[in-house]
Amino acid sequence: MSIDFQNFTPYASLIGGVMIGLSALLLMLTHGRVMGVSGILGGIVMPSGRSDIGWRVLFVIGMLAGPFAVIYFLGRPVDIMPAASGMILPVAGFIVGLGTAIGSGCTSGHGICGLARLSPRSLVAVGAFMTTGIATVFLARHVM
Amino acid sequence: MMRHISIILIGALFGAGLALSGMLNPSKVAGFLDLFGTWDPSLAFVMGGGVVANFIGHRIVMRRTGPVFASGTAGFRIPANNAIDSKLVVGSALFGIGWGLGGLCPGPAISSLLLVPGDAVLFVLMMLAGLAVGRMLTSGPAATPAAQA
Repeated sequence: MSIDFQNFTPYASLIGGVMIGLSALLLMLTHGRVMGVSGILGGIVMPSGRSDIGWRVLFVIGMLAGPFAVIYFLGRPVDIMPAASGMILPVAGFIVGLGTAIGSGCTSGHGICGLARLSPRSLVAVGAFMTTGIATVFLARHVM
Repeated sequence: MMRHISIILIGALFGAGLALSGMLNPSKVAGFLDLFGTWDPSLAFVMGGGVVANFIGHRIVMRRTGPVFASGTAGFRIPANNAIDSKLVVGSALFGIGWGLGGLCPGPAISSLLLVPGDAVLFVLMMLAGLAVGRMLTSGPAATPAAQA
């Protein structure tokens, strides 16, 4: 293992991370909801009731707008370089949706929110997806 | 009105945080997961900053009896399920495989949707399909064995 200092962005990542943590905190404070994106989306795709959809859609609208605030107000470009191409991307998307529905959470719900509550369940989930994520990249980059 | 505007603003803060942190960049995510290659530790700072900020704030927020915009009798909706079962482990493990393959998890996939139309749209549509299938497998009495498989 060697550190990729060329792409290492400790300050922007730390500040961005704190913003993510604050947004999770504010959603709990104002609306009493866990900021888990897979759960928020799941409630739009398979709604449990009519009155439960509105806040989810509004949150997604905010999420779509957020990166443009960084571009316009901070004057920072938002780099996006694909990690996969062709059929791999849609397959990956389906697995991400399926896995987060079965495992009841993703990086935001289990990672940012669950770990902050010291939830043992979320700790196990984060351990599981970090392990398979690292293993998948290892296989894709260094074996195949 | 304020409650609706506040949700949009909180979503925007989240999306801005994702963009600033580097989480929207699939190759950066893959660089973080590439522990055995040239490792980019940046996303550990995202996770660390997010968890610590939320950890400290959560303790203060929980002193309240309920959320600012309380709806009916619903207080803070903290997940009550404490079971560490095969669904949790298998589902999360599956998610990690998809995350490693595409370099996108659900939040960044949504927030990058308008920045890079083509690729992200296809990823998100398939992710929503996966969410629907996963929910169908894990809910309903007849579906339990399928979810365990």
